[in-house]
Amino acid sequence: MKTESIVGMPVPRKEGVEKVTGRARYIDDIVLPGMFYGATVRSSIPRGKIKKITFAAGVPWDEFVIVSAKDIPGANCVALIVDDQPCLADGIVNHREEPILLLAHSNRHVLPKAVNSVAIEYDPLPALFTMEESERQTRVIWGTDNTFKRFLVEKGDVDSVWGKADYIVEGEYKTGAQEQLYIENNGVIASFDRKKGITVWGSLQCPYYVHKALMKLLALPEDKVRVVQMETGGAFGGKEEYPSMIASHAALLAMKSGKPVKIVYDRMEDMAATTKRHPSRTRHRTAVTRDGKILGGEIDFVVDGGAYTTLSPVVLSRGTIHAGGPYYWPNIRISARAVATNVPPHGAFRGFGAPQSLFAMERHMDRIAATVGISPIEVRRRNFLKTGQTTTTEQTIQEPIDLDKLLNRALTYSDYHEKRQRFHKENVAATYKKGIGIATFLHGAGFTGSGERYLASVVGVEGCADGRVRVLVSSTEFGQGTKTVLCQIAAETLGLQYEDVDIAQADTEEVPNSGPTVASRTVMVVGKLVQSAARGIEQTLIASGFLTQEHSRKEFREACAKYASEHGEFKSWARYEAPPGIFWDDEKYRGEAYAAYAWAIYVAEVTVDVTTYSVTVDDFVALQEVGRVLHPVLARGQITGGVAQGIGFTLYEKVVWQEGRMQNAQMTNYIMPTSADLPPIRVYFEELGNVHGAFGAKGIGELPMDGPAPAIVNAIEDALGIGFDFIPLLPEDILEGVAAHSRVSDSHDSQGVR
Amino acid sequence: MSIGPAQCEISLTVNGKPRTVRVYPMERLLDVLRHQLELTGAKEGCGEGECGSCSILMDGALVNSCLVPILQAQGANIVTVEGIADASALHRLQQSLLNCGGAQCGICTPGIVMAAYHLLRKNPQPSMDNIKEGLSGNLCRCTGYAQICEAVAEAAAHEAR
Amino acid sequence: MRSDPANFELVAPGNLSAVISLMAKHPGEWTPIAGGTDLMVLYSAGKLTARKLVSLWNLPELRQIQVSDNEVVVGAGCTYTDLREHEVVVREFPLLASAACWTGGIANQNRGTLGGNIVNASPAADSLPALLVYEAEVILVSERGERRVKYVDFHTGYKQTLLALDELIRAVCLPRQFAGYISYSRKVGARNAQAISKVCVAALGRVADDVVADVRIAAGSVAPVPIRLRETEQLVKGKAMNASLVSQVREMARIEIHPIDDIRSTAAYRSAVLGNLVAGFLERLSAQIA
Repeated sequence: MKTESIVGMPVPRKEGVEKVTGRARYIDDIVLPGMFYGATVRSSIPRGKIKKITFAAGVPWDEFVIVSAKDIPGANCVALIVDDQPCLADGIVNHREEPILLLAHSNRHVLPKAVNSVAIEYDPLPALFTMEESERQTRVIWGTDNTFKRFLVEKGDVDSVWGKADYIVEGEYKTGAQEQLYIENNGVIASFDRKKGITVWGSLQCPYYVHKALMKLLALPEDKVRVVQMETGGAFGGKEEYPSMIASHAALLAMKSGKPVKIVYDRMEDMAATTKRHPSRTRHRTAVTRDGKILGGEIDFVVDGGAYTTLSPVVLSRGTIHAGGPYYWPNIRISARAVATNVPPHGAFRGFGAPQSLFAMERHMDRIAATVGISPIEVRRRNFLKTGQTTTTEQTIQEPIDLDKLLNRALTYSDYHEKRQRFHKENVAATYKKGIGIATFLHGAGFTGSGERYLASVVGVEGCADGRVRVLVSSTEFGQGTKTVLCQIAAETLGLQYEDVDIAQADTEEVPNSGPTVASRTVMVVGKLVQSAARGIEQTLIASGFLTQEHSRKEFREACAKYASEHGEFKSWARYEAPPGIFWDDEKYRGEAYAAYAWAIYVAEVTVDVTTYSVTVDDFVALQEVGRVLHPVLARGQITGGVAQGIGFTLYEKVVWQEGRMQNAQMTNYIMPTSADLPPIRVYFEELGNVHGAFGAKGIGELPMDGPAPAIVNAIEDALGIGFDFIPLLPEDILEGVAAHSRVSDSHDSQGVR
Repeated sequence: MSIGPAQCEISLTVNGKPRTVRVYPMERLLDVLRHQLELTGAKEGCGEGECGSCSILMDGALVNSCLVPILQAQGANIVTVEGIADASALHRLQQSLLNCGGAQCGICTPGIVMAAYHLLRKNPQPSMDNIKEGLSGNLCRCTGYAQICEAVAEAAAHEAR
Repeated sequence: MRSDPANFELVAPGNLSAVISLMAKHPGEWTPIAGGTDLMVLYSAGKLTARKLVSLWNLPELRQIQVSDNEVVVGAGCTYTDLREHEVVVREFPLLASAACWTGGIANQNRGTLGGNIVNASPAADSLPALLVYEAEVILVSERGERRVKYVDFHTGYKQTLLALDELIRAVCLPRQFAGYISYSRKVGARNAQAISKVCVAALGRVADDVVADVRIAAGSVAPVPIRLRETEQLVKGKAMNASLVSQVREMARIEIHPIDDIRSTAAYRSAVLGNLVAGFLERLSAQIA
């Protein structure tokens, strides 16, 4: 068998030189001749009817392009799953910052004043701001019952377990909204030509999502809509579905004005108006034996979707499927709902529901351990899924994963046992309390269940006249390494050098729909299709007689150049086919939810400063089984960056809401970690391979988001003896917890919680 | 374009070349660099001096160009990411960032390059703590900073040889 | 960027005399702008009400530090970096030097000025508690002449100062009388770098004959202006430290302050942490006595 020399190696990032020299072109770096700038007039109330719109004096309105819902040629919606979200509000608004009008002008500096000079009068309606208010349904703001989606997963016979339990452990866990905070704000440029149709260039993850939305909005056929991804400065899900909205706005302005129109948000607008991670509430009720073995349980999982459906059903789905963690549940009932509130719709953010439900599961495991009187390590060992067992959706674990062994590795790296003992001793006298906590979890790669089949991704590889090959995918690069890894895969497959392979810009005019760049699917699913398409090029050359099966790099390049000179540049396509044995029941929500799971053990060591109640993470061990590491530097970068975002999610990033609007919509007041705030993040991999992924890879992009929050909060409980069941957990919250705990201790004259 | 009544002429040196622009005095240096001078390396991430994506050197000092009115750059010596290496080669810092995986989406990278460049000029042998402090005004959402800091350390070690 | 540059005037006369002349001619019309780290943020957000600005950036008269036998005179136009890098400031006024290290990142330290920090008058400003405990004086200048006022009198209310419409701060005078003092400062922000303070303390103490001979404690972000905790100081002066005194002091400190809930933190948090920080300072003093 050939040893790989490109896959698995730290080859240079394909677009790296452009990035470090500042030559990479992001959307706001582009200026088109005659270009106008666009801005959005947004709702200042959370719910109500628009009564009157007045354009104040003092603005030369005749110089402006003004677009309203009436200018929409097709359907006034941002097409996604359920087309309930208007592109522009038409008489009714359902959240603050909802777009109502669009303005454009050649001078970007006059737009802010113009936006402020549009006076809108409303008839306000009562609004809902929390999940609980929405569930009570005293007011219905969406559909018939404020519920975007429900799931019910049932395995075994849950109702029978309560009588057999030695303990019934209950808990309620909450997570807050989180802003993706890509350093490049959302931005697009649109241009309309009567013959060619609409072209949109943008900072985006999914060109074909935007393509589909524009077709519907503008009532244009497929070949009259073109979407091109530009260099994208971070996304994390925040540019999965949202760009369809901003692209629609720019397109409408471009169509009406006949000019190219650029819309780029500033930070305040981007934070206040665009999507964030769904807030969640998970309730656990678990029957366990006196040995801490799970007999069964009920999980109630609710996410706040905001004012419109957008991706809430899918976020809910992933959160539901991950809710049981990496454990064996002989019996379980998971009830899940996504509910509506009058806030800007929440959306995709790395992890996509799993960080929420896994936070709850991992906090709950520590609670079970404490109730039963065993360690957090032991309770997990006793419940880990083993090969041959079934998940909560009755998917049989086929691969030889040994979570026990993986856990041992993590405990060794983190020095867990020695530290835990030492901290407990030293904490008695100290003003700094130290603790260590663990999270064990899994993350399914690719679209859920039948999702990949519905996507029916297509990938192309092109043989070029210079003997090099080009990868054709709609999968986008936004820092995670798409371009690099897909080129590695193609090069390795064909026996070429990495430098012999290019990848086309993600332009819908040129590349096929390889599916959205989400769900940790790019390397695993799209990469495997790249392998197939590459082999297709090879087969074409062999069939033509220009190449033999065993060939050198030189021979391939010569054959490719020769074939191209005779037949023109040639392409080979590969379409996704579901692997045999993958069955998913969408009705019962049962079966093979994911083609592959990555598994992980994370350990956080923290110090709680009892003077300031601040928590510092001192050390972080991130160990994960990922199938195969295709690029060690990129893989490490994904884990480190994801853990950093997870630390932010836990300790720093709080969205302050008031009447449905984010109050801290600036970087000064929405706090993400700086280089001075993070611990050494020690990353380790285990590789078991994956038959369904390119070169054995599984997806890893989202996995690191799931573990940090529960590991850290478990560590805080270890340090203080106080359990917190919500994030973000700020020093102000720790102070409240400490104060409440000492009031309870004083009044009970007790020894403390543990 | 003729000079409007409130505009002025600003002369400054940018990446070693004398440049003159006709601008309103309160235009931000960031915008003048990106628009009039077509140096789009410096980026706007926040407009409030928090993210450091707009960092450049002004008279040898690292500053956030989104907070500098162009009039205050009259006569200044400005260095941007486009100016720290000539067109054919990479600066050692840029090479190290590539080697170590210090650039992912790349939007913070020009600012990081300038902050690291500034740090190494002031302190050619920085400790890891010095590096973290030197970069603490540059937010990166992708990398978690580790590989960026390692790149700066690698570049410093390389220069020391 | 929510302001239109076409609607703003900015002039840079280039010397102090011309600046104060302009301000005298049109009192209150021209807003001084130094490093811009406060005003340009407002400008970008579309919230800068001033339309005419006069630049103080790099004025040579304002950007020097003069050391004489009994005082150090820091020009109002000195940046935080200038403070961090000045040997005498670092050695004799460590509270000010450490505040300079905490203010923003390096890029903002290279532009933010001491004068700007004072005149912006945010109760959360990092350098102000240090100026209170060092009993700084400020030299105010206008075409009418100069006057020297105690810094402690400078802030008259939330974001209000003694400055007349035609006046600037020219310099801050720091008396060289704190050799041998123990200094203690702590800033508590939302993260370790680039954070606006939720509560901060700057304190000096001197121990002699087993008692606290002198103590000065100032706090920021716990009142509309930065404040000296005078009652707390009185409790401690001349006393030997013990656990019960520390406890009383913690309580007194909390009584002296008027923290609020705002977007960054809560009154309860500021109060509790301020008490803890003051107690921490006293514990450090008592370690000297023991």
